[in-house]
Amino acid sequence: MKGAEIFVQSLLREGVDTIFGHPGGAILPINDALYDSPIRHILTRHEQGAVHMAEGYARATGRPGVVLVTSGPGGTNVVTGLTNAFMDSTPIVVFTGQVPTPVIGNDAFQEADIVGITRSCTKHNYLVKDVRDLARIIKEAFYIARTGRPGPVLVDIPKDVSMSECEFVYPESVHLRGYKPTIVGHAGQIRRAAEMIAQAQRPVIYAGGGVIHAGASEELRTLAELTVIPVTCTLMGLGGFPGVHELWLGMLGMHGTVAANMAMNDADLVIAIGARFDDRVTGNLEEFCVGAKFIHIDIDPSSIGKNVRVDLPIVGDAKHCLQRLLQELRSIDKDWKAAHADWLAQIAAWQAKYPLRYHQEPEGELLPQFVCEQIYEVTQGEAIITTEVGQHQMWAAQYYHFMRPRQFITSGGLGTMGFGFPAAIGAQVAYPDALVIDIAGDGSFQMTMQELATAVQYDLPVIVAILNNHSLGMVRQWQQFFYGGRYADSSLEVSPDYVKLAEAFGAVGLRATRPEEVRPVLEKAIRLRRPTVIDFVVKTDENVFPMIPAGGSIKDMLLA
Amino acid sequence: MPTANDEIQRHIFGLLVENKVGVLGRITGLFSARGFNIDCLSVAETEDPTVSRITLVTAGDSRILEQVQKQLNKLIDVIKVMDLSEEPHIARELVLIKVNAGAETREEVFRIASIFRGKIVDVTPKTYTLEVTGDEDKIRAVINLLKPLGIREMVRTGTIAIARGQRVL
Repeated sequence: MKGAEIFVQSLLREGVDTIFGHPGGAILPINDALYDSPIRHILTRHEQGAVHMAEGYARATGRPGVVLVTSGPGGTNVVTGLTNAFMDSTPIVVFTGQVPTPVIGNDAFQEADIVGITRSCTKHNYLVKDVRDLARIIKEAFYIARTGRPGPVLVDIPKDVSMSECEFVYPESVHLRGYKPTIVGHAGQIRRAAEMIAQAQRPVIYAGGGVIHAGASEELRTLAELTVIPVTCTLMGLGGFPGVHELWLGMLGMHGTVAANMAMNDADLVIAIGARFDDRVTGNLEEFCVGAKFIHIDIDPSSIGKNVRVDLPIVGDAKHCLQRLLQELRSIDKDWKAAHADWLAQIAAWQAKYPLRYHQEPEGELLPQFVCEQIYEVTQGEAIITTEVGQHQMWAAQYYHFMRPRQFITSGGLGTMGFGFPAAIGAQVAYPDALVIDIAGDGSFQMTMQELATAVQYDLPVIVAILNNHSLGMVRQWQQFFYGGRYADSSLEVSPDYVKLAEAFGAVGLRATRPEEVRPVLEKAIRLRRPTVIDFVVKTDENVFPMIPAGGSIKDMLLA
Repeated sequence: MPTANDEIQRHIFGLLVENKVGVLGRITGLFSARGFNIDCLSVAETEDPTVSRITLVTAGDSRILEQVQKQLNKLIDVIKVMDLSEEPHIARELVLIKVNAGAETREEVFRIASIFRGKIVDVTPKTYTLEVTGDEDKIRAVINLLKPLGIREMVRTGTIAIARGQRVL
């Protein structure tokens, strides 16, 4: 069997139904083999779009997203997406074509050392030098991508390897002596964690994306409800705990709610689950949760103790660890509700005093927060929401209340503008009947808007809701606060007419400029079930609050 | 983050890694990407030709040393990592030194070599080449003594280390 055919057969064995990609010379044998295979190939308009689509697919489904691109620029164009997936622990497998093995290293046409280039932004990567290794490497690549702390894996396939023949045997199992993720948490540590939880007066659960990767949302909810402990989530963790719940504090960190950040600040115990104490969460580490002890559950040992000194580390899969922890906690005889009554009353007082707020004047300029809240209401909290990066992303996180895991798909760690639209396409490919909305900024959308062609070609009814403030809003906000109002290079004075742009691509373009237009426009877009861009023309100088400036602490929090 | 013992320490790590192309690049890339130092590094095949052993010396506070070990362990091609400085171990290095050995200094070079149980492995009318093995202190001492006589060239292997007793990596 030819290498290209081995590729197809191996992917079928892995249950792959969709590939996102862009062809080119070095990968053509594989595109040719895919031509009459049952695997669907989505032709993107840029390789970066292909990777973000695969990420959207993976984040929506939990299954690895697959990318196929050519050598050279095909490879270099996937670097941003790989880095994004690496930071956000998203399982994707990227296949790149490579020049034939005899000319590797000769500066051949469209040659790039993609394995060298992507070494630091992949969980692992491979150059396939012999067709006899191809099936094994594909098996390993999928295994590495989806197990342990998930992440991107790249497989570089020279053209002659795709064209050579060998017998096809797909391995039954994977043998990697250097890779054995710890799934089962240490029983003694879990018992001690239960004791610490029982002794705490003011505990808080701080949950991250790991809860979603591990499928541990149910366990998280049970833990919170059993012990009556309030929950805050990171940006990546949103949807891991119901966004409407009496124990829900909202997101924490730089643009988190006052209640979430105050609760962290005053806590005597922080239970971190699948979170990594990112600087956007902690701010100044010297002043972060100074009175608290830390329990940290994470599948990645290197995340534990990296930024804060942890009192009780537990390495393991969040779902497994929480199940064991719940067993321990159920055997503790304690009136949790009574024990935490004062603490919860304190939190309720913060929530009442400092809610998220904005004021939409009926006749005034359209406010972006109002648009986000309307999207939440019109979709009844059911849509899959993706975002780009910037102010709109924070408003989406604040005003859309995510009720289930994998409902919110955003670029957390890397902060990649241009992520949300292709990610929405990927999620829509995975769930053709779902309502998928990319809450976008006008700056971000311009980075990957050419994927409108992809959405139209495959009839994917993604809605792009642009909160169009004619500027790079988060940059503008920082310039207002920290650079004396010198708005260097942040004004998007010349931008396309997004309605005409959408129409030029064969999509639907809609616009709303006044508050009363928001709901009807959204309802129309949802009814149409076609790729749609909505241009919400919003106030330019609206800012995201609350805000803890970078490197600051809760005492530096700006409320308005 | 203030810690109880955040003074900089030098630690020796022993690693078993897959004997494959690019593995060393992954390790050095990890160090440069995360801002860790490599003070010295030595690599060679083990008795199992599919496995190489690396001895790596690095410096950092306790948090950095912990991260070094954890990050190395995360690499798929790294089979095992041991912080040899955390336990009794033997560390050795080999140095080859080409030193001036004219009529006036030949005797002195010869004397220093024998004091350090070194060997003279190459001789010319003007130079001796010494081979000396030992721990870091010994290597430093012999270099300091030979310096005034005129070292023309020297090369060190970098530290290799192994745990004492029956413990193995």
